[in-house]
Amino acid sequence: MDEALRTSPRATPWRLWLSGGWLTLFFGVALLAPWIAPHDPLYQDLFLQRLPPFWIDGAETGHPLGTDSLGRDVASRLMHGASVAATVALIAGLATCLLGSVLGLLAGFYRGWVDQVISRIVDIWMSFPPVLFAILLVAVIGTGLTSVIVAIIVIDWTRFTRVVRAETMAQARMDYTEAAHVAGMSRFATLMREILPNVAPVILSVLTLQMGIAIVVEAILSFVNLSVSTDDPTWGGMIAEGRVSIHQAWWVLIFPMIALFLTVLSFTQFGDALRNRFDPVLR
Amino acid sequence: MSAYLEITGLNAVLRGTRTRVLRDVSLSVSKGQVHGLVGESGAGKSMIGKAILGVLPRAIEVASGRISLGGQDLGVLPLRERLRVIGSQTAVIPQDPLTALNPSRRIGPQMTDRLTRTLGWQKTRANHRALDLLEEVAIRDPERVLHSYPHELSGGMRQRVLIAAAFAAEPKLIVADEPTTALDVTVQKQILKMIADMQTRHGTTMLFVTHDLGVVARVCQSVSILHSGMVMEEADIRTMLTAPAHPYTAALLAATPRYTDPEASLVPVSDTVLAGVAEAIRASDTLWGRA
Repeated sequence: MDEALRTSPRATPWRLWLSGGWLTLFFGVALLAPWIAPHDPLYQDLFLQRLPPFWIDGAETGHPLGTDSLGRDVASRLMHGASVAATVALIAGLATCLLGSVLGLLAGFYRGWVDQVISRIVDIWMSFPPVLFAILLVAVIGTGLTSVIVAIIVIDWTRFTRVVRAETMAQARMDYTEAAHVAGMSRFATLMREILPNVAPVILSVLTLQMGIAIVVEAILSFVNLSVSTDDPTWGGMIAEGRVSIHQAWWVLIFPMIALFLTVLSFTQFGDALRNRFDPVLR
Repeated sequence: MSAYLEITGLNAVLRGTRTRVLRDVSLSVSKGQVHGLVGESGAGKSMIGKAILGVLPRAIEVASGRISLGGQDLGVLPLRERLRVIGSQTAVIPQDPLTALNPSRRIGPQMTDRLTRTLGWQKTRANHRALDLLEEVAIRDPERVLHSYPHELSGGMRQRVLIAAAFAAEPKLIVADEPTTALDVTVQKQILKMIADMQTRHGTTMLFVTHDLGVVARVCQSVSILHSGMVMEEADIRTMLTAPAHPYTAALLAATPRYTDPEASLVPVSDTVLAGVAEAIRASDTLWGRA
């Protein structure tokens, strides 16, 4: 019977380390941007327009990633843009997760009319094209960081509701849920103790996905100039400005794109890797 | 001996229809006895257990009938009171040990939930109780098992944990829903003996759901043979095995494989017998339709 208490050896989780590493860097830079950015991201120096990044001839030492067409430091703008992205990812991601998951749990566990109401609202909600919906919403309630966050929550909660509802229904059919009922546990206690812990890994992995998506939505809204005020540096805004001068200064476009790509990719990979590691069913 | 579990005229239907899943089921189990519920797949064996415990699937509801535990009619109790009676007097040994334990909680709290939450025991007392029971089901190093997660245990060990957990609150009635079906043949016999020993020692009344007449012969004192949610025959085990009253019971017995003569012993249930069963069901349904 000794072999029954087994432990499983595991290979080094590269995916977890790489994505986790990038996210640490991302959040670190986002947090410390005001102190570590070499320049004021808004300071224009028209004598230093379109300086190339450091490995190309003509670069200035003070501007490692070059400058844009108004002479603003790309590296500094990238760092401050990370702050905006991180704020959106965290606040919009968590709020969306909370709203969507609670509704999903209720619908999947209590079923009946609760489920009917929630599911129909989800169906209706999902038939709006999301990005157009966001643009419309921001246009109506005005631009700014808060509007972007609200728009993301309003659009994306259905993603959590659907996934969490399905998983909750699967968990509610399990024998241990039934056993808890026979043992005289209240419905709410059963939901919190037997179901939520088993739905949590799924919620976690959708949450990381959602944080990535929130950053993309913020970038899209910045790109069409509906996000934070034009003065503030955002990755989407940088991409929009870089697009205009792509033939003269490609780096203005490329660096925020790389940052955006790596961050979103890391979020999804981190979520997946984390789930593989902590989901007891998959272990 | 007085009857502990008594079911009279239990009818269960698909919710919102008159289509019956359980047809006029009556049975009684004396205190401390093991009663077998035998039948083919879909005969309604598990449904009877679920009806008693109040965990019927959503699509099925009880239409009429009386279920009483220890003389207490469950149907007349308000919901809260009924849950309390079921919670304190019954327990389940489930079919599949792989899905019966919550994968994200440790074994200990899962075993003692009922003691601490429903019966209000102190945590240390409940833990002692869990340790004693794990020893009773011959688990080595029970302390370690209490702190393990289900995925760290083998299937046979999990089933023993579940057996121990079922007896934890000294329930009056245990519903064992095909407790050996999901296990390896080599482990089955051992687990069966363990359940029988525990039952004898604790004097628990037990409803034993199975499709295996061999198992019934080994652990049950009485038995109900089911087909299409209808009791074909209720008898004590000796009568059932030696002088079955119903042709369907006789046919089931004849269909049980024996090592001595495997081919001759595997007799399929004949069409005449099945026609008789169908006739009985039709007759019952006609009565039900008039009611």
